[in-house]
Amino acid sequence: MSTPLSASVPDAPLVDETVEEGSGKGIVAGLDARAGKVRRKVSSRPASIIAIVLAVLWTIPTFGLLVTSFRPPREIRRTGWWEAFANPEFTFDNYTDALFGGSTSFATYFINSLVITLPAVIIPITLASLAAYAFAWVDFKGRNLLFVAVFALQIVPIQVTLVPLLTQYVNWGIDGSFWPVWLSHSIFALPLAIFLLHNFMKDIPRELVEAARVDGAGHVKIFFQVLMPLLVPAIAAFGIFQFLWVWNDLLVALTFASGQDTAPITVRLAELSGSRGASWHLLPAGAFISMIVPVAVFLALQRYFVRGLLAGSVKG
Amino acid sequence: MDWLLDPDGTGGKLAVMLVAILLFVVVMGLILFLVDRPRRVPGWVVALAFAGPAVVMLAFGLLYPGLRTIRDSFYNRTGSAFVGLDNYVTAFTRDEFQIVLRNTAIWVIVVPLVSTLLGLIYAVVVDRSRFEKFAKTLIFMPMAISMVGAGIIWKFMYEYKPASQPQIGLFNQVLVWLGLEPQQFLLSAPANTFFLILVMIWIQAGFAMTILAAAIRAIPDDIVEAARLDGVGGMRMFRYITVPSIRPALVVVLTTIAIGTLKVFDIVRTMTGGRFETSVVANEFYTQALRQGEQGLGAALAVILFVLVIPIIVYNVRQLKQAEEIR
Repeated sequence: MSTPLSASVPDAPLVDETVEEGSGKGIVAGLDARAGKVRRKVSSRPASIIAIVLAVLWTIPTFGLLVTSFRPPREIRRTGWWEAFANPEFTFDNYTDALFGGSTSFATYFINSLVITLPAVIIPITLASLAAYAFAWVDFKGRNLLFVAVFALQIVPIQVTLVPLLTQYVNWGIDGSFWPVWLSHSIFALPLAIFLLHNFMKDIPRELVEAARVDGAGHVKIFFQVLMPLLVPAIAAFGIFQFLWVWNDLLVALTFASGQDTAPITVRLAELSGSRGASWHLLPAGAFISMIVPVAVFLALQRYFVRGLLAGSVKG
Repeated sequence: MDWLLDPDGTGGKLAVMLVAILLFVVVMGLILFLVDRPRRVPGWVVALAFAGPAVVMLAFGLLYPGLRTIRDSFYNRTGSAFVGLDNYVTAFTRDEFQIVLRNTAIWVIVVPLVSTLLGLIYAVVVDRSRFEKFAKTLIFMPMAISMVGAGIIWKFMYEYKPASQPQIGLFNQVLVWLGLEPQQFLLSAPANTFFLILVMIWIQAGFAMTILAAAIRAIPDDIVEAARLDGVGGMRMFRYITVPSIRPALVVVLTTIAIGTLKVFDIVRTMTGGRFETSVVANEFYTQALRQGEQGLGAALAVILFVLVIPIIVYNVRQLKQAEEIR
């Protein structure tokens, strides 16, 4: 797996070490770091067989839908996907129909998903790294109190905030556009992002920052030239996490962007799933169109995704 | 300004997206540039520039709406008249909401326990297999799929056709192969809740496996060796060495899944829409607050969700603190 990201950090990414030192959440993520070193490799034949059986069992539902998505509409409605092996008959029509067909046009919703996701990943991560820097390396009054407050906000379920936020967006006249979704996703990501990035920042050796200060570097310079390069793995991990979260989200999108001009693909899918109309047979293809991006990201950057999860799993 | 709110076509949308990102970069850049100009700036000015935007957003988007919702939960459906605890009384006493609460309780007990147990079994078995990486990827994959996607995948698994027709859903086909009657898996309460729960378990078991496998690998070799020399093996090794050693990880996994399960919404929404007695608190909140316009009741349900999350998090933090002290 040689992605640009993993190439820049060959081994033992920062995430592990830093999380281990952090206050509460260290245990699990720290384990991941040590796991690499202590590897007992006792493979046994029964275990291998069971593992394969389990993995196959776990994949059958997805695989079944994948096969279904390539079958002709008539067959989808009439027989089960396993019949496709007895008399194979496959087509790409469902995909072209789902993407560009008048009634579904998943292409539009796919673009909406993309338009929603990119800013909703970039903005909170940037804001969170800046805030994390302030909490870690800038002395100001009430710093600890404010940090604890931010930390505590992690426990607020987003459901609690939706209606008042919606009212506010309507008052501002920006409801029904992309702005509420971007803003909301950014806000919801902040507490965890600030908390995690703060812990990573805190663990960067003090001498490094001090040395830069002695050389006359200001806060901005220290942030961009000393800390940022070291934080790349942590930011990548959280970035993937946030990317999947936003791309796969349904609740926030349903609340703030359910109109056709802004709705992401998950909203359209959920809608289609609830109806048994004429385009029901496009559901499998639609589902796979929506899955292709997160699954590709997951497969390519699995290592970072796992790290992001390990670090984020202690989220409230 | 209009095109910023209502862009035309794909090009327009992408343009607005770029504008949003650029706007953000320019504003933040300007703030940082200004702060960096004078050589000696007081700490609070720097802090304001770095943390200010995030703190303002949190106050606007989490703190204020949270307080507002707590207030709304004591008001009527339009938020115009104070009704005391009426909304909570409704939420806890009316029949349909009792089913919602019962379902939520079932979800939050069954999903974490079963997922963690499965994850633990996987972690132990898969770790000792030759196809470890491959098997892990496949089991972990549902984590990357949206819950909407998972809902659709499983809807097709549960699909029902009368016995006279060929089956589309694999489960019913298996029943037919076994000579049994096909079932309406998603329609018949209360069993249907468990069939929805299965979807969540399918997603979460991979997560549990990943974390627990990392924890098991990190058990120091000498402990395992010492136990082995003492003649401990097999199940006893698992019971007395493995499980106690990964206790903190188990707590994290259980609580994380429990919290995720409490907020589960997409699965129920996609698969049954909360009908046929399958609704849970998170789904009912959406229905009441955003579909029916029952602001007060919706707010009360959101607050109930909030209150249910708190003890799990407190337990989690306390357990982690304890583990830190032992280390």
